[in-house]
Amino acid sequence: MSDPIRPIATDPLDFLETDHLLSERERLLRDTVRRFVADRILPEVADWFDAGTFPKELAKEMGALGLFGMHLEGYGCAGTSATEYGLACTELEYGDSGVRSFVSVQGSLAMFPIWAFGSEEHKQQWLPRMAAGEAIGCFGLTEPDAGSDPGSMRTHARRDGPDWILNGTKMWITNGSIADVAVVWAQTDDGVRGFVVPTDTPGFSASDVHGKLSLRASVTSELVLDDVRLPGDAVLPDVVGLKGPLSCLNEARFGILFGAVGAGRACYEAALTYAEERTQFGRPIASFQLTQRKLVEMMVALQRAMLVALHLGRKRDAGTLSAQQVSFGKLDNVRQALEVARSARSVLGANGITLEYPVIRHMNNLESVYTYEGTNEIHTLVLGEAITGVSAFS
Amino acid sequence: MKIAVCAKQIPDPATPYELDPEHHWIVRPDDQILDDTDRYGVEIGLQLAEASEGSVTLFSMSPAGNLQGIRQALAMGADKAVIVSDPALKGSDALVTAKVLARAIQQEGFDLVIAGTESTDGSAGVLPQQLSELLEVPALTFAKAVEHDGDTIRIHRQTPDGYDEVEATLPAVLTVTAGVVEPRYPTFKGIMQAKQKPVEQLTAADLGFDATEVGAAGSAQYVRSVTPVPARQAGEIVEDDGEAYRKILEVLEQAKVV
Repeated sequence: MSDPIRPIATDPLDFLETDHLLSERERLLRDTVRRFVADRILPEVADWFDAGTFPKELAKEMGALGLFGMHLEGYGCAGTSATEYGLACTELEYGDSGVRSFVSVQGSLAMFPIWAFGSEEHKQQWLPRMAAGEAIGCFGLTEPDAGSDPGSMRTHARRDGPDWILNGTKMWITNGSIADVAVVWAQTDDGVRGFVVPTDTPGFSASDVHGKLSLRASVTSELVLDDVRLPGDAVLPDVVGLKGPLSCLNEARFGILFGAVGAGRACYEAALTYAEERTQFGRPIASFQLTQRKLVEMMVALQRAMLVALHLGRKRDAGTLSAQQVSFGKLDNVRQALEVARSARSVLGANGITLEYPVIRHMNNLESVYTYEGTNEIHTLVLGEAITGVSAFS
Repeated sequence: MKIAVCAKQIPDPATPYELDPEHHWIVRPDDQILDDTDRYGVEIGLQLAEASEGSVTLFSMSPAGNLQGIRQALAMGADKAVIVSDPALKGSDALVTAKVLARAIQQEGFDLVIAGTESTDGSAGVLPQQLSELLEVPALTFAKAVEHDGDTIRIHRQTPDGYDEVEATLPAVLTVTAGVVEPRYPTFKGIMQAKQKPVEQLTAADLGFDATEVGAAGSAQYVRSVTPVPARQAGEIVEDDGEAYRKILEVLEQAKVV
């Protein structure tokens, strides 16, 4: 028989001791990102959020660390495991979903398609500089009238002699106006193709979306392509059709399902500390049953989400992860994190609505994360099709 | 320049230390982290090595455990590590530790030995000076700035009033105070490579010590008893009626701080 169950537990921040599921290298990498976030993100992120800015100069520091395209091989990328990439996303999003979005877009949405589908020239020209944070990338798929249904995109590319001419509008593009290069997806006579577009190409312009109340420490833009002339070799040679951009989104979703756990953890930690310190009716509010219930639900949800993330990470590293399983993780982990944030907000009472605490910033951010990279509804229908064999949307 | 950096693996200070009740030795788990104060020594070592095309070797004496703390310093960029790990060393006092490290460092060869001013877990604060005596080289202590020029090492030595300029000819021992530089983060590439970097593990016998010379048996110093820090007393609150400053001055004078 195995040893008896120990009578006591344990760490409120790692109740199930999931830390022991990580290798020494994974923990070292995780701790490094945690320290970076504590030093460089947490002291200022509330101000960035308040001012609606993202400090572009952070890109080089992040590049020096090795955050961009970290799980890609070669071209100046660090070549970590997918699980390690996920753990880095958790720590970044503990800082802010906007900061994690910056890294996701650079690595998974801009570098990944160049790395996976680009020509050798594309890779040589862009990947080392992007890995170092010297060049910033963005990803143009979504349009004002084509969100969940990217196949209905209107942006198109036509041949003009050896060149391509691109026209169209892309919307909700993270990093759009600060990017040096855009990976733009457009209809062609052969189907959807990807194009590597330097943002100083005549006819390319980007303007920022204002009035956002979510992901404020992140740049969101509209891209306009007005007769943008590109050389024939600007097209990504190795992919045709929507599977190109959708494979990039799977990459990004993988980072998100880890990242959301970090945002949730920040809210839970804030609520736990607050509940222990805040006194009402002569005792800490942590002693009240209704508050304890909230804290326990948060802890349970986050531990479960971390176990899901780690399981999917291990599957990814073993080469056995499916896109539908990524949908499972994105759907549930983001939903859980958002619930944790809302519940944490209520524990903090009125203090929960200010930027003095991280909670409402995360809560508002997670509303975007809930929707982007496949809405909760779309991921539900992906899972619905997977378990019934019947598609609800095609 | 061949640089030796003393790097200690300690239990994570975020969790309370466990002392064994009989000897009051710190119970060392497998998971130990790099002593935060050693990150500054590693950083200074790396900077000097980069400027002189030199190398940085880490020296440590503790149960090896899973080497997590040492790997952290290797991931920052140190070239290799020598760790003396032996059950016979358990209970060694500072002087025995210095003797063991000195012999390991001597065996490897060095131009400069860098250490923090004191460890976070033991806080004896005497080991670097002992090393300098045992290695028969000068000790430059409490450096807040370091310059290296050929065979000369020059530092600003932190004092209560400012700093002294001190210089010595290599080889030497140098201690750096925490906060003198911004230690670099381990890069992901560094983390990926850290596992491949050489970590030499030595026993006391490998360094020519017999069991009676090291550990508790070889140590003159032992901890007789340990007393927890008394709980903090509640402070005194002075209501300001316009004259509160007098009361505060009085308290400060009594405490002999003004």
